Amino acid sequence: MITFGLDTFGDVTNDRDGHPLSHAQTIRNLVEEGVLAEQVGVDFFGIGEHHTPDMPLSAADVVLAAIAARTSRIHLGSAVTVLSSDDPVRVFQRYSTLNAVSDGRAEVILGRGSSIDSFPLFGYDLADYEDLFEEKTNLFAELLKGGPVTWQGKTRSSLHEQDVVPHTEPFPAWIGVGGSPQSVVRAAAYGFSLMLAIIGGHPSRFAPFSKLYLQALQRFGRDPLPIGVHSPGHVAATDEQAREEFWPHYRELITRLGKTRGFAVPTEESYAHEVGPHGALFVGSPETVAQKIAATLRVLQASRFDLKYGMGGLSHSSLMTTIELYGTQVVPRVRELMD
Amino acid sequence: MRIAVLGAGHVGPVIARLAVAAGYDVSIAASGDPQDIALIAEFLAPGAEPRWAADAVGDADLVVLAIPWHRFTSLDPGPLAGKVVVDAMNEWPPADSPTGTSEHVAEKLSGAQVVKTLNHIAYHEMEEPRGRALGVAGDDPAAVGVVATFIERLGFDAVRVGDLAAGRLLEPAGPVFGLALTRSEFEQAGGLL
Repeated sequence: MITFGLDTFGDVTNDRDGHPLSHAQTIRNLVEEGVLAEQVGVDFFGIGEHHTPDMPLSAADVVLAAIAARTSRIHLGSAVTVLSSDDPVRVFQRYSTLNAVSDGRAEVILGRGSSIDSFPLFGYDLADYEDLFEEKTNLFAELLKGGPVTWQGKTRSSLHEQDVVPHTEPFPAWIGVGGSPQSVVRAAAYGFSLMLAIIGGHPSRFAPFSKLYLQALQRFGRDPLPIGVHSPGHVAATDEQAREEFWPHYRELITRLGKTRGFAVPTEESYAHEVGPHGALFVGSPETVAQKIAATLRVLQASRFDLKYGMGGLSHSSLMTTIELYGTQVVPRVRELMD
Repeated sequence: MRIAVLGAGHVGPVIARLAVAAGYDVSIAASGDPQDIALIAEFLAPGAEPRWAADAVGDADLVVLAIPWHRFTSLDPGPLAGKVVVDAMNEWPPADSPTGTSEHVAEKLSGAQVVKTLNHIAYHEMEEPRGRALGVAGDDPAAVGVVATFIERLGFDAVRVGDLAAGRLLEPAGPVFGLALTRSEFEQAGGLL
């Protein structure tokens, strides 16, 4: 079965006059967005951990718990949890607790962290980037098994027959992969589902990653596990409106991030390409976005699509429109196309 | 010509795949056992042979360094002596202004001919070169020529920018980093005209 999610990085939104809202108001609005996501039939709502003034959602699980209290069906999770700079035991406890309060609706998507603000914040050294994720993924996989845990590594104290509480039902755990093939193999090795974060270029370029993952699962003697896709987008009544609303904020963000991550500065031409059928931006009318999602799910053998909505500077009301159109029009249309 | 790509992360397999497509004999190596990257090579760079780094480098005419910057310090310079080495790495986290990373690489890899290129294009944009301009910088003109031919066969337009010191132009925070440019746009942005 195909499931559909909405992910947000909790960007600070603007009010009607274009002024940024406070962090507190942004967080309160986020709860409303999660509640609306359930009302319009979306299957999953995810919050990506960030630690910057323009993305202040540093404690996603607290917000998810607030949404859990006001919903009954939608799954709630991280998108992603930066596991490298967190304690796997604590992450497991927080999401187990979320699983309990939500009556079994928690999920967790673990990532290495493409934004690295959490490393200096929590006292981790980027030189240990690969080791931290490898070890902590390994420990998290042990914790998910549910019994007492015995574990030894370099990046935190060892555990011996440790009973980690609370005990709850198992919950889905994914590894978010931006382009690291080792992370794909690691997900298969430890039995995590694979969430492909596709933020630029033709989604089909990730098709070899899906094949690699499925083959690696076999190699490790595991049953098939789902592949998901996370991509940014924005939905409005018409293609033109969606593109116009999204463009200035996208240009501003990518220009800023590009300085440190090697992204090209977007031009109107590159933007037109990314929002077109061969790009990674799911921006447009419900029909345009649905067609693109269906094509992406097919080419990547994926059964889950998470639209990462929102972008610093957009208004809360335009995000609510995206959520409503996604749930009421895009998702049913994709289901129809995939039948 | 035989190519050894060191690194099987985001960047290495993409370069290996392009090199295989360009008709080169390509091997790919990570820091450990080639078996660990066999699946990665099979699916992401079919045709490239996974090998131990020392073996891959030993047989290669040209070595591409596509390993994380913080891993470079633990790279054994010995086997690279006498080789043409492409430095595709960047300092990470990035500095506010260019710091001459390839000059540091050349200093450590004494005996190798270090050429800086492929560092200022995102890995997911390498897949479709379409004649995009890439700067090439090195202290040895012959090595620069070898590397320029290599990246042109991959599908890029090689723009010679001078020696490694001049190659600071290609670093993060420099004027061409991350930009999709034609040759003339590159020359203009880089102040080469």
